[in-house]
Amino acid sequence: MTGAERIAAAFLGCQRRAALMPYLMGGFPDQARSLAIANGYVDGGADLIELGVPFSDPLADGPVIQSAGTAALAAGATFDRVLATASAVAERVPVVLMCYSNAILARGTDRAIAGIAAAGVSGLIVPDLPLEEAPATALSCSAAGVAFVGLAAPTSTDERLAAIGAATQGFLYTVAVAGTTGERGDHSAYAEVVARVRAHTSVPVALGFGISTPQQARAAADAGADGVIVGSRLVREAAESDDPAASCKALVEQFAQALR
Amino acid sequence: MSGAGVEHRFGPYGGQYVPETLMPALAELEAAWVSARADPQFQAQLGRLLRDYAGRPTPLYLAERLSAAAGRTTYLKREDLLHTGAHKINNALGQALLAVRMGKRRIIAETGAGQHGVASATACALLDLECVVYMGAEDIRRQAPNVQRMGLLGATVVPVEAGARTLKEAVSEAIRDWVTNVADSHYIIGSAVGPAPYPAIVRDLQRCIGDEARDQILACEGRLPQRVIACVGGGSNAIGLFTAFVDDEGVELIGVEAAGEGIESGRHGAPLTVAGRPGVLHGSFSALLQDDEGQIAEAHSVSAGLDYPGSGPEHAWLRDSGRASYVAVTDSEALAAFERTAELEGIIPALEPAHAIHFALNLPSESELDLICLSGRGDKDLAEVLKLLGRA
Ligand SMILES: Cc1ncc(COP(=O)(O)O)c(C=O)c1O
Repeated sequence: MTGAERIAAAFLGCQRRAALMPYLMGGFPDQARSLAIANGYVDGGADLIELGVPFSDPLADGPVIQSAGTAALAAGATFDRVLATASAVAERVPVVLMCYSNAILARGTDRAIAGIAAAGVSGLIVPDLPLEEAPATALSCSAAGVAFVGLAAPTSTDERLAAIGAATQGFLYTVAVAGTTGERGDHSAYAEVVARVRAHTSVPVALGFGISTPQQARAAADAGADGVIVGSRLVREAAESDDPAASCKALVEQFAQALR
Repeated sequence: MSGAGVEHRFGPYGGQYVPETLMPALAELEAAWVSARADPQFQAQLGRLLRDYAGRPTPLYLAERLSAAAGRTTYLKREDLLHTGAHKINNALGQALLAVRMGKRRIIAETGAGQHGVASATACALLDLECVVYMGAEDIRRQAPNVQRMGLLGATVVPVEAGARTLKEAVSEAIRDWVTNVADSHYIIGSAVGPAPYPAIVRDLQRCIGDEARDQILACEGRLPQRVIACVGGGSNAIGLFTAFVDDEGVELIGVEAAGEGIESGRHGAPLTVAGRPGVLHGSFSALLQDDEGQIAEAHSVSAGLDYPGSGPEHAWLRDSGRASYVAVTDSEALAAFERTAELEGIIPALEPAHAIHFALNLPSESELDLICLSGRGDKDLAEVLKLLGRA
C-alpha cells in the first residue's frame, strides 16, 4: 500500500465523521516521552498523526511550537531519531511528517525521502516548499511511495488553489488563517476556507492552524473539513504537564469526542 | 503563476521557500516592482527623495592618508554621509514608496545594527506609515542609540528573545508577522536576502551606489578601479556597489565577511568565505552556516550588521561563477581598522565597513586603485567599541 493509499484508507475509515490528526513535536520534551505522547494520541482516538521534525528557524510556526522545537533540539532530537518515533507509531496509525526544507536538503532530497519511506511514514508536508519549489521533492516522494501533501492558504488565489489541489496527494492541508501556528479563538472563517479549497481538489480537506478547543474542532468538521489538525494546544499540554502522555491522551479524547 | 519580471534564481541560488500564505503577496510585490521600476513618475519621486532628503549622490572621496597607509590610491564611497547614516536608506525609501503604491500602510522591518530599522522608521515617518521593527534583544543592547532613534521616529521596536537574539531571529520574527498580517502590511527586508523578488528589488534599489561610484571614479581617475571592495552581511551594500562593475572584466570584486573570533573558531559570520553546503534560510537557497542536520548555526560578529549566518543568493552565484571573491576579517582586525580610519581620515566608520577597510589596508595586493564602500558611519558603535577597547 502506498502512503497515499494508507492515508485515504484512514480518512475513509472515519466514515462520515472528520478525522482527527494531532500534531506531535518529534523529540519533545525528549525522545522517550515524545513516543509516549504519540501512543497517548493513538489511545485517545487519533486517526492519523502529524509528526514534526524540529527546526532551528521554523517560519510557519508560532511561539509554542517554536520553543518546543528548540527544546527538542537541545534534548538531542535529530532527523533519524524522529524517524525512529515515526516508525514505532506508524504500526498503529498513518504518520505524516512535517519537515522544513533545509533538513531535507541537508541529507539530500532522495536520501531523506528514502529514509522517510523506510520508516513507514505515509506522507510528507514541507511548510516552506510552495508548489513552485516542490517538483524535485514531489518526484522523489512519488518514487518512494510517500504522499507529498500540499498546503493551501486563505490567501491562495483560485489559480494557485487549482494547481495545489491537483498536485496534492493523500489530503490537502488547509491553513485556516493567514498566520503561523498557534492557538486562536475564532472559527468564523472555517466554512468559507473549506468551501473554497474543496472546489479545487478531490482528496480530503484537513483544516489546521489555530484549532485549539474541542468546540473549534467540531466547528471545523461542521464547516465541512474531512480532517482536523490540532497542534499548539497539544504541544503546550506536553510542555506544561507533569505527565504529558496521560494529559495529551485525555485532551485528544476530548477532541475525538467532539468529532463523534 | 509567478509573474515574469525579476530574477528568481541566480544560478542555482534564490527561489521562494516560504509558506503558501506568502506566495500571493510575493507575486503582488513582484508585479508592483516591475511596474514601479518602469514608471517615470515613481522614479522621479524616488529620485527626488534620494537627492533632497537622503543626500544622493554621495561623494567619492580620495582618502589620501589611508592611501598612503595602504600603499595604493584608495577611494571611499561615502554612504556614511547619507541621512540616517548608512546605505540602508536607499532601500527603505524605495520600498516604502512601493508600499504606498500597493496601498499597504503598515510596514514591518527587521534590523541588526539598527541602521535598517532607523532607515525604515524614517521612511515611514516621512510617508506617514505605521512601522514595526523586529530586533534581537542582544542587538537592542549593543546598538542602543539606534533603538532610541527608532522610538523617536514613531516606530514600535519589538525585542526578539529567541535563539542568539540577533539578526537571524529578527528576520524570522518579521517574516512571521508578515505571514499573519500580509493583507495590510509590507515587509521591507533590509538586505539582498529573502525569497524572490526581494534580492532583486534590494539590488535594484542599492545599485545607485555603484552606478554613481563608477561615473565618479572615471571622472576623477580616468579609469576604472582595480578592486571594488565592500563588506557583506546579507550583501546589500556589496551588491549595490558590484552591480555597476560586474561587466567590467578587469575590475576585481571582493566581498568582506565577518570572521568574528576567527574562521577556525567556528564563531563567525562568513558563509560565503567558508563555502560549506548551501541551504535554505529565510526563503532563499544560498550560502549558509549550518550543521550536518540542516539546523541553521548562529553567526558571531562584533558587528551586528554582519552577524548573520546567511547571505544573498546573488553573491553565492557571483562566487561560484568566479566573478567575485569573498574573504573574512576578524572582530579585532575590524576594531583596529575602525580606530585607524578615525585617526587617519577623521571618519568614524561603522564596524561593518571597517571590515572592508581592514582588508584593503592590510592584505597584500598588486592593486594600485581601490574603491571601498564606506556603507555607514560609526556613531551607533561608539559605546560598544569603546567598551571593547577598554576605554569606557
Ligand atoms: C553600515 C552597514 N553596513 C553594512 C551592513 C550589512 O548589510 P549589507 O550586507 O546588506 O550591506 C549594515 C547592516 O546593518 C550596516 O548597518
